[in-house]
Amino acid sequence: MKIKVLGGGCANCARLEQNARKACEELGVKAEFEKVTDYTKMAAYGVMSTPALVVDEEVKVEGRVPSVEELKKLLQ
Amino acid sequence: MGLLEDFGAWVAFQLLNLEPGSALGEAVNFFVYDSLKVLLLLAAMVFLVGLMRTYVTPQRVKKWLGGRKEGVGNVLAALLGVPTPFCSCSAVPLFIGFVESGVPLGITFSFLISSPMVNEVAIALLLGLVGWEITVLYIVSGLAIAVVAGIAIGRMKLENEVEDFVYEIRSKEVKEKQMTARERIAFAKNEVKTIMKKVSLYVLLAIGVGAFIHGYVPVGFLAEIAGKNSFLAVPVAVMIGIPLYSNAAGTIPVVQALMAKGMALGTALAFMMSVTALSFPEMIILRKVLKPKLVAIFVGILFVSIVLVGLLFNAVIG
Repeated sequence: MKIKVLGGGCANCARLEQNARKACEELGVKAEFEKVTDYTKMAAYGVMSTPALVVDEEVKVEGRVPSVEELKKLLQ
Repeated sequence: MGLLEDFGAWVAFQLLNLEPGSALGEAVNFFVYDSLKVLLLLAAMVFLVGLMRTYVTPQRVKKWLGGRKEGVGNVLAALLGVPTPFCSCSAVPLFIGFVESGVPLGITFSFLISSPMVNEVAIALLLGLVGWEITVLYIVSGLAIAVVAGIAIGRMKLENEVEDFVYEIRSKEVKEKQMTARERIAFAKNEVKTIMKKVSLYVLLAIGVGAFIHGYVPVGFLAEIAGKNSFLAVPVAVMIGIPLYSNAAGTIPVVQALMAKGMALGTALAFMMSVTALSFPEMIILRKVLKPKLVAIFVGILFVSIVLVGLLFNAVIG
């Protein structure tokens, strides 16, 4: 699984990545993480507000930080 | 608010045993009362707007604004800018998303102006500190500037002053997941946590400075240099507001105290608008998608309209 965290490096982006990593760990899923800070790349995903989470090239979360529980459901 | 007033008085005159009527006693009383009132109001407002945000998402806004006509489109964009989150960090993807889905340039600018200027933090602070009349004036004139400036930019046909790559981006459609009620509330709570953490200290500091000004600066101190007959005060106030970017939380309490010492209403409004709407980081970030000429036009139009609104209020309201 390839997970991209989109955001300009704000506190929320860091929390989103943290929660996503924890969700993967709890699910026992192996995932490769990547940070995307280039705004034009974010725009190409259609993302308009940060932070966002892209899982296998699909935007799953935009403009908010879901809980670990919610992320677990999204990542299953 | 009776309870909060009593608490402020209790802290100042009982707990700290200060003399009622003394400068220090009144300043402490004022500080405790105002900070509690403003922080409570701010948390409530951020929570409500946070809930609204789960319905008015940028993805939906761009669909509502796509292909709109001048006038109606600008008004709608300015109104939708109020509950939509705006931080300069997402200005670029937002701008690209709008342009790509066919939102006209002038309408995009109406949104980009109103979104940071008329925001929940500024509204809560104004409501809590200067009353609803001035809050309404601020909101209405902020929306009016966003509409008029957006129409002006739209009429200037500046589409070729947007960086070329913006028109080449073909983005994927984002399918938004329907949020449950519980997720909406969690989102709003998180907004309260994030925003309160970011602004509380500034609010307290600024109310502290305001309390000091209330207690120690003589009444009418600013009437001469920043009163309503001082023509130059408005543009100077707007210039001073630019480097204080987006820190409504840290400036409004001070402005409120300055108004009590004779700063004219129009000057104060223009100053607050400049703080929220005109900022260096935003200009630098917008430069990524706009050619320098359009950044200059955007800043110029905004500067002039804020100054005009300030002068207008100074001339009309005594």
